[in-house]
Amino acid sequence: MKVIRQRKMKNFFFYFALISSSLVVILPLLLVFIFLLQKGGASLSLDFFLNNPKPVGETGGGMRHAILGSFYMVGLGSFVAVPLGLLCGIYLSEFGKGKIANSLRFTIDLLTGVPSIVVGIFSYLIFVVTMKSFSAMAGAFALSIIILPIITRTTEEILKLIPRHVKEAGLALGLPRWKVILFIVVKGSRSSLMTGIILAISRAAGETAPLLFTAFGSMYLSYSPTEPMASLPVQIYNYAISPYDDWQRQAWAGAFTLIIIVLGLNLFARFFFTRKTIYRAIKNKLFKKNEDRT
Amino acid sequence: MSEIALEVKNLNAYFNDFRAVKDINLTYYKNSVNAIIGPSGCGKSTYIRCLNRIHEEVEGASVSGEVILGGKNIYADNADPVEIRRHIGMVFQKPNPFPSMSIYDNVTIGPKLWGEKNKSKLDEIAESCLKKAALWDEVKDKLHQDGTSLSGGQQQRLCIARTLAINPPIILMDEPTSALDPIATVKIEDLMNEIKKEYTVIVVTHNMQQARRIADYTSFFVLGDLIEHGLTSDIFTNPKEKKTEDYISGNFG
Repeated sequence: MKVIRQRKMKNFFFYFALISSSLVVILPLLLVFIFLLQKGGASLSLDFFLNNPKPVGETGGGMRHAILGSFYMVGLGSFVAVPLGLLCGIYLSEFGKGKIANSLRFTIDLLTGVPSIVVGIFSYLIFVVTMKSFSAMAGAFALSIIILPIITRTTEEILKLIPRHVKEAGLALGLPRWKVILFIVVKGSRSSLMTGIILAISRAAGETAPLLFTAFGSMYLSYSPTEPMASLPVQIYNYAISPYDDWQRQAWAGAFTLIIIVLGLNLFARFFFTRKTIYRAIKNKLFKKNEDRT
Repeated sequence: MSEIALEVKNLNAYFNDFRAVKDINLTYYKNSVNAIIGPSGCGKSTYIRCLNRIHEEVEGASVSGEVILGGKNIYADNADPVEIRRHIGMVFQKPNPFPSMSIYDNVTIGPKLWGEKNKSKLDEIAESCLKKAALWDEVKDKLHQDGTSLSGGQQQRLCIARTLAINPPIILMDEPTSALDPIATVKIEDLMNEIKKEYTVIVVTHNMQQARRIADYTSFFVLGDLIEHGLTSDIFTNPKEKKTEDYISGNFG
């Protein structure tokens, strides 16, 4: 009897330890969220999203230009990095044997570890120095370098999860290898791949360092890739170190917006794509009548 | 004797330097079920994987010898493995429906990726192949559900339907029932009996009773050597070789 009581005690102790350390992990996120809502919530209004900054001294104004700028540069960066990363990942998982593949894998791993400020400097040298101007293009390029290795490695790992005998089954149907890879392996992993892509993009959306001296920041709305462009993280940074109360409040609101965007992308990726089968089942149920007719 | 479906001449299979299958000479006739039995590790699977050139997909694997299909050697220099596999289908040991793909798509993907675009033609293929695989009644109301949502036995019949969809004259099966329960096994065995009217079936099995139930001809392999080949009834009642007799009477293996 005594032994059993001891075991129960131990069980309780470790269970308690596990639960409490899990709570400690969740706590920071929760605190950041509450804190940002408290500080920035008051400045959040429709105006904040719809207006560009007003000149110093005038009250009001918002971060429309920075929100759009962030989407612009992250979009442009992803446009380059996503296809490239996917192709690299497919290569590594399907053909990734031998020296070339191993050195590529090693390079990609190193690239993941390069501090983002260094990526910013690199982009500065390539674009800003040669073009003699800060530009959205330089910012997008830096972001694409942040995104690229993440997508490559997640793609590789996801595709490796498809067992070899599934690929063999595809080949056994008399399909050429490229069709097996594209229509069975890649298509079969599409929801996980999308999740990986969105997580990489949301990571880039929160980066400040690569944009500081590439896109630089701006107080005006701009859609030109060759001109400086505002982004949420940089705008928050600039406003936060400014001496004006109004700007500081807006920095809090911007921070809150940024975290909502990043969290939103993450949640979207996790819930939408992992629940895809359920979603499809519901869709089939809803549109079943139509399908029967065709 | 009926027509020859497939002829194997001096076939050897290697993993790097290891010779897993040694000098096999066999002839398969059309519309027959041919079983391959033998103790584990005897090269049964490796052998059958040579017959549709899937063996060479494993790193370090190679083959020598000839396999004659319709008068042509599938290992000839100008032979295209992709083309060959359209004539020699394969069902694997583990049920392996394609992931995130509906039952309907699983069955029709072969013809579809070969270029068949006609929706009603594909519908027809899906229905007839699922019927042949004795799965139609169980799935006809949920063709758009994931193939992986089915039970193991249903998944294996789905894989058989997928192979039938490309309509190969020869179907290879590598221990198709080893992952299934007895009821599902009976269904697959009945199925083999049924499809041999149209196809030639070559099946690896580790279950001697299964070979006895389903096969017209049986080959017995030990350590990569073909010990004996003949009518199933002869092999089981009147084996010529001592080794065969020992194996089927349970003295070794």
